[in-house]
Amino acid sequence: MEALLDATFLARIQFAATCIFHYMFVPLSVGFGMVLAILFTKAYRSKDPKDESLAKFWLKLFTGTFAVGVASGITMEFQFGTNWADYARFVGDIFGAPLAAEALLAFFLESVFLGVLLFGAKKVSPKFYLASAWLVWLGSCLSALWIIIANSWMQTPAGYEVVATAAGTKAVLTDFFAAALNYTTLPRYFHTIVALLLMGALVAIAIGAYYKLKKRDVHAGDSLLRIGLVTGVVLAVVMLPAAHAQAVAVCENQPSKLAAMEGQWEDGPSDLSLFGWVDDENGVTYSLGIPGGTSFLATFDFSAEYQGLNSIPDEDQPDSINLIFQTYHLMVICYGLIWLVLLLGFLVYRGKLDTKKWALKFLQFGWLWPILAIQVGWMTAEFGRQPWIVWGELRTVDAASAAVDPVSLIITLALFAVVYTTIYVIWAKSLLKDVKKGPEALAPVADDKNEEEEVRA
Amino acid sequence: MTTLSILWFVLIFVLIIGYFALDGFDLGTGVLYPFLGKNERSKKIMMRAIGPVWDGNEVWLLTAGGALFAAFAPAYATSFSGFYLAIMLVLMGLIVRAVAIGFGGHGESSRLCDGAFFVGSLLPALLFGVAVGNVIAGVPLNANGDYIGTFFALLTPFALACGVLGLVHMMLQGACWLAAKAPEGDPLQVQAKNLRKPLALISLVMFLICTVLFKMTVVPNSSVGMDMTIPAIIAAVAYLASLLYIAFVSGGKDFLFPVIAGIGCAALCIVWAATSFPYFIPASNDPTLSITIASAAGSDLTLTVMTIIAAIGVPLVLLYHVLVYRAFAGRVTDEDLHEGY
Repeated sequence: MEALLDATFLARIQFAATCIFHYMFVPLSVGFGMVLAILFTKAYRSKDPKDESLAKFWLKLFTGTFAVGVASGITMEFQFGTNWADYARFVGDIFGAPLAAEALLAFFLESVFLGVLLFGAKKVSPKFYLASAWLVWLGSCLSALWIIIANSWMQTPAGYEVVATAAGTKAVLTDFFAAALNYTTLPRYFHTIVALLLMGALVAIAIGAYYKLKKRDVHAGDSLLRIGLVTGVVLAVVMLPAAHAQAVAVCENQPSKLAAMEGQWEDGPSDLSLFGWVDDENGVTYSLGIPGGTSFLATFDFSAEYQGLNSIPDEDQPDSINLIFQTYHLMVICYGLIWLVLLLGFLVYRGKLDTKKWALKFLQFGWLWPILAIQVGWMTAEFGRQPWIVWGELRTVDAASAAVDPVSLIITLALFAVVYTTIYVIWAKSLLKDVKKGPEALAPVADDKNEEEEVRA
Repeated sequence: MTTLSILWFVLIFVLIIGYFALDGFDLGTGVLYPFLGKNERSKKIMMRAIGPVWDGNEVWLLTAGGALFAAFAPAYATSFSGFYLAIMLVLMGLIVRAVAIGFGGHGESSRLCDGAFFVGSLLPALLFGVAVGNVIAGVPLNANGDYIGTFFALLTPFALACGVLGLVHMMLQGACWLAAKAPEGDPLQVQAKNLRKPLALISLVMFLICTVLFKMTVVPNSSVGMDMTIPAIIAAVAYLASLLYIAFVSGGKDFLFPVIAGIGCAALCIVWAATSFPYFIPASNDPTLSITIASAAGSDLTLTVMTIIAAIGVPLVLLYHVLVYRAFAGRVTDEDLHEGY
């Protein structure tokens, strides 16, 4: 009950809910954007009506997803001010610039040229139209870069000094490039963007498998399966150095996060667990894995020493160690499952398994693994950052808005719960409906008829 | 107050003007939707009229928010946390609206989508003005810059009048846009055209009411001696002129009216900026606690970085807008109604 009246706790729940919701749509926008650009290029080159309707179909999936992404993104940006006013006052000099840059240099690109894609097929030249598809995707990738810059500064702040003001302390920028390209920005961007693109690849595979299973939209099914497999394999391979770079960044900069990720209590080499359970209360971890494995991955030395939780003061430890352990390991398991999807997908594509219902079903639900990995991976990153909102400088408990009372938070939280759930259901239903209709139903001639029928109905 | 910080005060208002002048007409279209969208065809025309551009228009808000955060973080923190409930309602409005536009075309549960589009447009159109009214008049703040009043204390007559003014003006922008975009002679176009005069006159009356309330309730109680400045009066005259033009010049080309309504919107924002300068939010309980340009400005380095980002970004953004508004210039045709969401 006490937690329910704690403004910081409620603000955290609200922000987490918004992030999780927003982050359902971001991976889809960035990942779909890649497939979108590929499909539009294919249609531009072949001029095949089948390719054109496939591109149009994919655009439909992209659009609804993107619209919700933008709106929930505004909510996130504004919540720094509404829910975390003291955070905003502390970091504004540094954190605001990347957000503004994101809007100016990335978001406009996406939004404006999406308008061209949606409504401009007959208004602009084919080249301009194709360029719009690439610009939309470029915009989404740039957008991710600016946000990662902002988020990485919270994890590993650099290029600033803390000064005292009348209303408390605040961080002041001293070196823009040091702040923007801080110790973890690039590895974290690399890791994140590859994951987002993998999401796009696995959705393409899933939809391709669905059409194969239903023995319909053959051309679209084959195309999507091929595009998804090629991009998916490349990305899954690239993920290895990306994840490695990020892990090294954590090992070097955030010892308490690393200790929580592996449930390590004593100072010493860091193990590489496959699975396990952390008993926070008693400070014990039950796990199965390779002793010193994480130390080896980070430094190629099984005996490299890392700090354990016991030597980190209680008030500097994250508040949910088992959660961090579990989310991290779940992410790794999901990565393994992604490879399984890619392997089966390859066999299906080569005609070895394409009649096996179980294989196609597995592919059809393959998108679950990247989105789950992305969500839990971010939970590891953000729970692991606690108790800091800005690592080593500002605690989360000191960051919430003093002007906002728990009652307002509860009211809006309830409203958000209803609105988010409703939107999620509408979005999912609409997406599934579009997939069921399929690309062939969007062929130019049939299109007009369908729309008129819809109007009459 | 450094020159850079004054430059950024101006630039923030440029972004705010960009937002209200552009998103104003599509929010206004949403508010007019249940009244003008009497049949499927009218609804489709209205959606198509804003379809290619509304999303880009909304990004101006994101930009203004980000720029305020970067350049004047205390102003961002105080206003957003102080007007918490109002901002949350605006955000929810924008979300359900985006979903309604994004999925309305899919045929199902369209009554729900229509309602969501209307409510999602109405909430921001109304509440932005209420927030602006409070920002101009000032609110009680503590030493940390936190708002210390209640939600209901924000609903002053002046703030509410500002809310209605904003709403009516956006409806006017919407009507002007629809009269310019709907097919010539279409019942929707005729209705929108006929709405321009009454909406312009109501905006005018609301503006006068706001001015009177400002003089009667805000000026005498202002802790910082706020009053109408000469630049604010010039902008106010420009506002009145644009409304009178819309109301009484009947021969003008339809495509000019949204531009004039946009200029009126810009004038309104300039009235706000010129009245508030050099304050962002005056503290009504103690003038020394006010959020001013000088007290809120970020470091010179940050403002310089932001200026560089803006110098690269703003021309690009304007270029995108020129490209897209040109590609979609002219009225919506029957053929156009088959494209899109």
